Amino acid sequence: MAVNDPAADTVDLGCASAVERRSPLWLVQLARRKITLAGAVIMLATLVVGVLAPVIAGNPTQMEVQARLSAPSRTHWFGTDDVGRDVYSRVVYGARLSIFVGACVVLFSFVVGVTCGLIAGFYPRLDNLVMRLMDGLMAFPAIILAIALMASLGPSVANVIIAIGIVYSPRVARVVRGSVLVIRETAYVEAARALGAADVVLMLRHVLPNCLSPVIVQASFVFAAAVLTEAALSFLGVGVPPYVPSWGNILSEGRLYIQQAPWLVLYPGGAIMLTIFGLNLFGDGLRDLLDPKIRGLQTERQRAG
Amino acid sequence: MGGHVGAPHSESGYVKTWIYVIRRLIALIPVALVVATIAFVLIHLAPGDPASIIAGPDATAEDVENIKHQLGLDQPLPFQLVRWYGRLVQGDLGRSIFLRKPVLDAIIDRVEPTLLLTVSATVIAVLIGVPSGVISARFHNSATDQAFMMFALFGISVPNFLLGLIFVLVFGVWLGWFPVAGYSPLEYGWAKTVRSLVMPAFALGLVQSALIARIARSSMLDVLREQFITAGRAKGLGERAVVYKHALKNAMIPTITIIGISFAVLLSGAVVVETVFNIPGLGRLIISAVLRRDYPVIQGVVICIAGVYMLVNLLVDLSYLLIDPRVKYQ
Repeated sequence: MAVNDPAADTVDLGCASAVERRSPLWLVQLARRKITLAGAVIMLATLVVGVLAPVIAGNPTQMEVQARLSAPSRTHWFGTDDVGRDVYSRVVYGARLSIFVGACVVLFSFVVGVTCGLIAGFYPRLDNLVMRLMDGLMAFPAIILAIALMASLGPSVANVIIAIGIVYSPRVARVVRGSVLVIRETAYVEAARALGAADVVLMLRHVLPNCLSPVIVQASFVFAAAVLTEAALSFLGVGVPPYVPSWGNILSEGRLYIQQAPWLVLYPGGAIMLTIFGLNLFGDGLRDLLDPKIRGLQTERQRAG
Repeated sequence: MGGHVGAPHSESGYVKTWIYVIRRLIALIPVALVVATIAFVLIHLAPGDPASIIAGPDATAEDVENIKHQLGLDQPLPFQLVRWYGRLVQGDLGRSIFLRKPVLDAIIDRVEPTLLLTVSATVIAVLIGVPSGVISARFHNSATDQAFMMFALFGISVPNFLLGLIFVLVFGVWLGWFPVAGYSPLEYGWAKTVRSLVMPAFALGLVQSALIARIARSSMLDVLREQFITAGRAKGLGERAVVYKHALKNAMIPTITIIGISFAVLLSGAVVVETVFNIPGLGRLIISAVLRRDYPVIQGVVICIAGVYMLVNLLVDLSYLLIDPRVKYQ
């Protein structure tokens, strides 16, 4: 159990810490943990559904007004919504949107977060300035900052990505900076510096690759948080525009028709739960494997914040 | 906890503690400045200028200029920023464009349900989360442990608003035990208030309890591996005494942190859950403000919540002084 245990910490996973980070075995190791594997399968399934959406689902915006709020049936597997749109198609396209938003937010917050973290960790003079800005951004609860940013940016998919990206960048920056501060002092960085390597080369070739594993671990959690935040924003009516099929949007309509049409809540809700569950299973396994130094507690705290 | 109340036992210890508290308060100032600046930037980030939004669609260019002048928007940005800091220090959050009253009043009007919801959700989260984490750790790797932890992992995968919707469906629509939506203020009797808060508080609290359980469990496991636990067992203490008397006290420190952070997180969670249950709290206030582009209200709510968030984090840090006699602050 100790190996499969999702909330286990390093002491349980003495075997994992022995795994070399660059060992080609790590994929095999990952697959060996059944729970992590289950998480990966769920993630992959969501990805396939999202990518294949145009093939496996109908038109998510086509309205059949005469069939509005009809219960799940052979023609409409998940029923229809209040204007007669097929809920199955909308849920499938919702997966596509969630993956797109999640991936873009990870990309955005990593470009911004890694850059800021590298600069802050590398140049003590800029450290204070950059990190105070990051502290200020992190002083807002995630969802509140996202709502406020959406108010200024206006509703669109791109703006949702920007808003959530801004919210999670400081969290990435903090992790990167922490690693950079340690790696900066190592002998090989000093050696490279003595050989005359420029700062940019030092940062990108010597420091960055060695602080990647906590960053990769962070990725799965940022992805999950981005999917959840997008759903919450859309549910509140301040996320993606109402015509875009998104799990949050379907739930937002579902709330109004919950008495007549519970399927409007149950199917997209199930999709969100399953996706986040898969991401969490996978993320926990990845953390134990790639970065035994990060203990369960720290990840929980990041998640809590 | 136990016999130790407060770290310092000497005169100079008290002075040191107070110096630490004051230093922590001073350290908040730069963060608070950044927070205020971010809130200021938000309004200037918006497309179009605030003055024309305030004036409305029918306003003439002259009206807009007048409003700009009134609000000081025609002055240079650094000047506006300094004025904004000055107003914040005085507790002046401006006036709502739509509600036509001071933002602070609008917030005070809406604070009761949000606060009650947050507090009751925190209580639920702690009462469920801490015992399940401790039991999981005591019976580490048993079936109970695995069941609790699978449940907890599932728990952190369900967003609070979704759990709220499921509660509405099951306990409101299908079983009819609780009102589907709405909030009854305290002035109409607390029993009604409690009834209207049961489902939202559980929707919020259960999700957080999963997180607390995971943390309580890992910190408990950490402590159970320490030498003094082995020593306790070696001298013949029963497992109960070891777990509940010796380990629990020490495992509480990280757990208290999480309880404090939970309060802050649940406050922002309440903002979302309020929409599910149509509770007229701060969440509804900020969401309707976003839809009406009522920027002063958005700024005000954001600043207040960030303020509470910062304050709670500070209190959590300071609480170590009371909980852990080993902690010494320099």
